[in-house]
Amino acid sequence: MSAEKLITLKINGTNETAGFPPHRTLLEALRELGHVEVKCGCEKGDCGACAVLVDGVAVDSCLTLAWMAEGRNITTISGLESTHPLLQAFVDVGAAQCGYCTPGMIMAAKSMLDQNPDPTDEEIRVGLSGNLCRCTGYVKIIEAVTNAAAAIRAQGGRNE
Amino acid sequence: MSIYAKFDLYMPDALAGALEMLAQGNGADTVALAGGTNLIGDMRAKRCRPKGVIGLGRLHELRGIDSNLERISIGGSTTVSDLLASPDIATGAPSLVDAARRFAGQMVRNVATVAGNIACGSPAADLVPPLMSLDAEITLTCKSGSRTVPIDQYFLGYKQDARRHDELITGISWPRLPTGSSNVFYKVARRQGDAITITGIAVTLCVTGGKCERARIALGSVGPMVVRARNAEAMLEGHVLTAAIINAAAVQAVGECKPIDDVRASAEYRRHTVETVTRRLILQAWEKLTNTGETACPQKS
Repeated sequence: MSAEKLITLKINGTNETAGFPPHRTLLEALRELGHVEVKCGCEKGDCGACAVLVDGVAVDSCLTLAWMAEGRNITTISGLESTHPLLQAFVDVGAAQCGYCTPGMIMAAKSMLDQNPDPTDEEIRVGLSGNLCRCTGYVKIIEAVTNAAAAIRAQGGRNE
Repeated sequence: MSIYAKFDLYMPDALAGALEMLAQGNGADTVALAGGTNLIGDMRAKRCRPKGVIGLGRLHELRGIDSNLERISIGGSTTVSDLLASPDIATGAPSLVDAARRFAGQMVRNVATVAGNIACGSPAADLVPPLMSLDAEITLTCKSGSRTVPIDQYFLGYKQDARRHDELITGISWPRLPTGSSNVFYKVARRQGDAITITGIAVTLCVTGGKCERARIALGSVGPMVVRARNAEAMLEGHVLTAAIINAAAVQAVGECKPIDDVRASAEYRRHTVETVTRRLILQAWEKLTNTGETACPQKS
């Protein structure tokens, strides 16, 4: 068994160094480092609660080993600007009930909008098909993502 | 819940290093980790207890889509999202795009690789029926060289395949569909996304001179491994397809699957869907190619 080793994770633009064993998932590592905005749900890639961006692409952090994320840019929902259109749209529409799925939902939506700034309802559903909301709030979530996409386009595609 | 812990993790920078490590590994004790969407789950559930894990995340040489006039080739580490973003795949493998769109959820598609979907050996692997309907070949590479295996000979049984422990799936390629071809896929599952397949079927028809010259029917999740319905294919080839022929081929396809009852569906339901989906896909492909609209929608006889 490999010993723990010091690795440096670049989280929301800041390098954080800590010792982790090889079996530590990125989800566990992020939460150990205090990034508890990243939620732990199913731990098997079904629910999307743990979604973060790695080099700009949404991944399930529960299925990623922390060692494999070294040297990559990791973005959690706290790495978005507080004025990000997705955050505002979720608030305006009321696209959250208990809120547990929201961080993953928003990171998945951001990843999708980076590739497709003007998605149809169907494309939003495909983009968010790996994020479960057990309060059954999908209608408002899709509405929020649609509104956020329009707001991002209106401000010239700025989506950070 | 932590994943299985007693392993060494290696992260080679190049294919040669990964193959050397696999060669030195002790059979099933050493496993390759690509997207991890199957393997990490298996290690968490303690279904897989490797001593060595070789992370392939730094082998950028295995990721990419390449095509020429004859063939489309993809590297083993190409992700499911890469397939969805590729104009080459959109035109050259429509069934693969449909399967990729229905594949798990976005985060899984962003990292899950084509090679990993094949190597997991699951009969429910969504990319396998499309690749089988395209006559794909799998390139297996070990330290001493490469070999290719047609995908319809690759699977040997439930989660058993032709890959040796010192080999990696480094590439998948298939011949371009000739003009006058249609390649379609349909997945039956509880939901449109994030759902394991109950029945997944891909069909290719190639039409020349108004007749079906070549037919491929690949049946997924209705037996221990993905299989071709070869007898059903033979009933189509050489014919102008009529409702009666399409019906008979769909019924024949049912005879070529071996479904089981499981938590997702009964064997009986799977047989029903094999007949229905096979009939619809053949009809859809045929009508697209012949554009006559004359083939009456065949009813269950």
